[in-house]
Amino acid sequence: MSSSTAINAYQPKTRVGRVTNFVDSRVGGSGMVKEFGRKIFPDHWTFMFGEVALYTFVILLISGTFLTFFFDPSMAETHYDGSYLPLRGVEMSVAYASSLDISFDVRGGLFMRQVHHWSALLFVAANAVHMLRVFFTGAFRRPRELNWVVGTTLLIMGLAAGFTGYSLPDDLLSGNGLRIIDGVVKSIPVVGTYISFFLFGGEFPGTAIIGRLYVLHILLIPAVILLLIGMHLFMVVIHKHTQYPGPGRTNTNVVGYPVGPVYAAKAGGFFFIVFGIVAAISAAFTINPIWNYGPYDPSPVSAGTQPDWYIGWVDGALRLMPGTVGNWDFEWNIPFPWGVNTLSLNVLFPALVPAGIVFTLMLAWPWIESWVTKDKREHHLLDRPRNAPTRTGVGVAGVVFYCVMWAAASSDLIATHFLVSLNDVTYWLRILVVVGPIIGFMIARRVALALQRKDREIALHGRETGRIVRLPHGEFIEVHEPVDEYKRYQLVSFESPQVYAPVADANGHVSRSEKLRSRASRFFFEDRVAPVTPSELTAAHSGHHGEIAGAQDRESIASH
Amino acid sequence: MADNSHGSPDTSVTVATPGQGGVDTFTNPGLPPHRPRLADTDPRAEKRAERQVALLFFISVLGTLLFFFAYFFIPLNDTIEQLRLQNLALGLGTAFAMLGIGVGIVHWAKTLMPDHELTEERHAVTDEKDRAEAEQIVGTILDESGIKRRPLIRNTLIGAALLAPLPAIAIFRDLGPLPGDALKHTFWDAGMRLTRDPSGTPIKASDVTVGSAFHVIPEGLNEAENKLEEKAKAVVLLMRLDPESLNPSEGREDWGYDGIVAYSKICTHVGCPVALYEQQTHHLLCPCHQSTFDLEQECKVIFGPAARPLPQLPIDVDDEGYLIARSDFQEPVGPSFWERG
Repeated sequence: MSSSTAINAYQPKTRVGRVTNFVDSRVGGSGMVKEFGRKIFPDHWTFMFGEVALYTFVILLISGTFLTFFFDPSMAETHYDGSYLPLRGVEMSVAYASSLDISFDVRGGLFMRQVHHWSALLFVAANAVHMLRVFFTGAFRRPRELNWVVGTTLLIMGLAAGFTGYSLPDDLLSGNGLRIIDGVVKSIPVVGTYISFFLFGGEFPGTAIIGRLYVLHILLIPAVILLLIGMHLFMVVIHKHTQYPGPGRTNTNVVGYPVGPVYAAKAGGFFFIVFGIVAAISAAFTINPIWNYGPYDPSPVSAGTQPDWYIGWVDGALRLMPGTVGNWDFEWNIPFPWGVNTLSLNVLFPALVPAGIVFTLMLAWPWIESWVTKDKREHHLLDRPRNAPTRTGVGVAGVVFYCVMWAAASSDLIATHFLVSLNDVTYWLRILVVVGPIIGFMIARRVALALQRKDREIALHGRETGRIVRLPHGEFIEVHEPVDEYKRYQLVSFESPQVYAPVADANGHVSRSEKLRSRASRFFFEDRVAPVTPSELTAAHSGHHGEIAGAQDRESIASH
Repeated sequence: MADNSHGSPDTSVTVATPGQGGVDTFTNPGLPPHRPRLADTDPRAEKRAERQVALLFFISVLGTLLFFFAYFFIPLNDTIEQLRLQNLALGLGTAFAMLGIGVGIVHWAKTLMPDHELTEERHAVTDEKDRAEAEQIVGTILDESGIKRRPLIRNTLIGAALLAPLPAIAIFRDLGPLPGDALKHTFWDAGMRLTRDPSGTPIKASDVTVGSAFHVIPEGLNEAENKLEEKAKAVVLLMRLDPESLNPSEGREDWGYDGIVAYSKICTHVGCPVALYEQQTHHLLCPCHQSTFDLEQECKVIFGPAARPLPQLPIDVDDEGYLIARSDFQEPVGPSFWERG
C-alpha cells in the first residue's frame, strides 16, 4: 500500500485525529502511542525511589546549566570585590570568587546553588534507596541482572558526579577534600605519585585541577549518566515492571494502571512534587555556605567538618584503619634491588577494600544467588523481604557495614556531642565494623523467619482480634478472625526453596562445586519456613478446638 | 506459571512453586473486587474534588507570583539578612508553584481518574526462533568474512587493535610534569627565618613562651612563585615545652632550641593540616582523621590511622634572636608515596 492511499484511507474526524494524522504520516509515532499509551504499570510506593532519582537528575541538569552560565573554573589569582564584605580584598581563585558572585550578586543564584546541592544529595540517596528496594525484593533476578549492573554503575557515577562537583567552588573545605584524595592517590603503589602529578598538573594543589574536574563534572560524567539512564529505562520497558505478589498477580501478567492517563498523571505530577520539595528545602536550609570557609589555603583546617553524606563511608574507613597495631606497622618499606619503596597500606586498604567488597558483592549478587538456588527462571513477581530470609540478612549486613563506616566519618562529632572519648568511639566502631554485619545478618534473618511464622499463623488461624471471650464452660479464648481469601493468598503465595542435595554426574562423581553449592544452599535455606498449603488449612480448621469454638461463640454472642 | 522458555519449574528440583490450584497449593483468587471511591458514587464529592484540584493549581499560580515579587522587589544590599529573605521567598515561591501543580495532578489522578486496576499479559522478551536465526546470521557473517579461516589476518588485526589505543593513553602524558624529587624537599633552607602564618613576620625565640604554639611559614614564602604548592609542603607548627619533657633521640638533640621545637604541619596520613594542639597533654591532633602525635616522643603516632611521626624541622636562633631553620626537613613531609623509601 502506498503512503498516498494510506492518507486517503484515513480521514481524521476530530482535532486530535488531524494532529495525529499530520505527525504520523510524516515521522510515524502512532505505533508508539499504541504501544505505550495504555501500557500497564504496577503501582506501589516503593517504586517511587527510582522516580525520585530520575527527577532529581532532571533538576540537577536544569539548575546545573544555570550555574555554568555564571561559574568560572579558573584557578587564577584574583582579589574579591563582590558584595560579601568580610571577604572583600581577600586573595582567592577566580573559581571561588565566581562561586561567591553566584551566591551574593546573581539574583536567585544562591537559590540555584542550594537547589543543585540539595538535589545532588537527594539523587545519590534516591539511587541508594532504590537499589536497596531492588535488592531486598529480589527484583535483580533474571531477566533483570544486567539492569541491576547498569543501576550499580549509575550509583558509582552518581558518587563521581557528586565528588567532582563538590570540589569546584575551591573553598577551604573542598580543597581539604581534594588534599585527602591526593594523599590517597599517592598511596597507590608504583604509579600513585605519577597519577597525582598528572591529575593536579604538578604538585598539589596546582592551577589545573578545578578546570579538569569541571569538564568531568559538566560534560563527561553527566553524559555517561544520561546514557546509562537511557539503557536503564529501555530495559524497564523491555522487561515490563516487576510487581509484588498478591491476588490477581502472577508471574505472567502485569496488574496496575495504564500510562495514560493515570500513571502519566501520577508520575508526571510526582516530578513537580519532588521539585517542590527540593525547592522548599533549598529555601529554608543552608547547604555548603562556602563564604564561611574562605578560599583554599593549605595551612588552616576547621575541626568538625563533614564531607557530603555519600563520601562519608570512605572517609570513615580512612579514620577507622589503625596506622599501627602494637608493633605491627601498616606502612611497609619494601627493599628492592633498586632501592626501598613504600607501601602505605594504612591508606590504601581502607580506601579500596571496603568499597571494593561492597560494589563487587553488589555486582555479583544476582549470579551468586542463582548459582546457589540453581534457579534460572524468569522472575517478575517480587519477594517480600521476609520470604527470602538469608538474602534479607545479607542485605542488612551490608547496610550495617556501610552505616558503621558512615558513622565513623562523624566520630569526632559523636565524641563532642555525647561527651565521650574520641578514642573510645573509634575503638568501638572498629569492633562494630567487623562484628556489626554478622550480628545484623543474624538478627535480620531471625526477624524474617519470625515474620514468616507469623504469616503462617495468620493464614492458618486468622488474625488476633484482641477480643477475649469466656466460653459457657468457663474457658477464656481470644477470638481469631479468619482472613479473607485475598489476604490469605498474599500470605501463602511465595516460593520457599529447599536445601539442595548435591547431584552426581554420569560417572557417579559428586564434583567439588556441587558440594560447595549444597553447603551454600544449606546455609541459605536450612531454616526455611514453608508456605501454608490448602490441606494444612483444612486440618487447622477441622482440628482446632479454639477456632471452631470461637466461631460458634461468636454466633451465640451475635444472637444475644 | 513462570515463563517456561528457559527451564521449567518442574525440572528445577530445588524450588517449591506457588501453584495455580496445582497439587496442594492455593488457587490465585484473582483481583479483589473493586471498591468505588466516594467521588465515584457521590456527585457532590466529585465536585468537591474538582474544586480542590483547581485550588491547588491556583496555589501554584500564587507561588509563581511570589517568585516574581521576590525577584524584583526584594533588593540585594550588602547584608546577608536581605539575601536570606530573598532566597527564602524565591524558594518558597518555586516550592508552591511546583507543589501546587504536582499535588493537584496527583490528587486529580487519585480521586477523579478511573482507579480500576487493569491486567496485561507479559510476553517473552524475545522469540527463541529469532535467537536461532540471529546465531545463524552471525555465523554466516563470520564465515563470509573468513576471519576464522585466515588466522594470519585475525592475529595481525588483534595485534594492531591492541596497540592502536596506546597513543590515546600516551597523549595524556603532558597533563603534568614528572614528579622528580619534588616531594623530597620543601621551601625550607639553612638559615631561613621562621615567620608567622599568614603575615610573614619573623619570630623571636623570646616571643615563644612555654605552652604557646605558632603557625609558621618560611621567610619569603608569600613572595614565592608557586606559593600554594610550596605552602602545602612547608607549613610548620612551632611549640615551646619544658625542655625536660622532650626526649630527643640520638643525633636530634640540637634540633630544638631551649624547648622550642618545630614540626611539619602536614599529616603523614593523607596530608591534612595537623591543626589542633592540646597544650596540656602535648598532643597534636589531625582534625580530618584524628591521628594523634605525641610531642614528648618526637611526634610519634599514638592514635589513629597515620603510621609515621611528623617530620621535625631542625631550628636554631640567629644573632638577632630570631628563630631560623638549620636545614630543610631531613625526610619527605606529608603522606607516603611509593618512591619515598
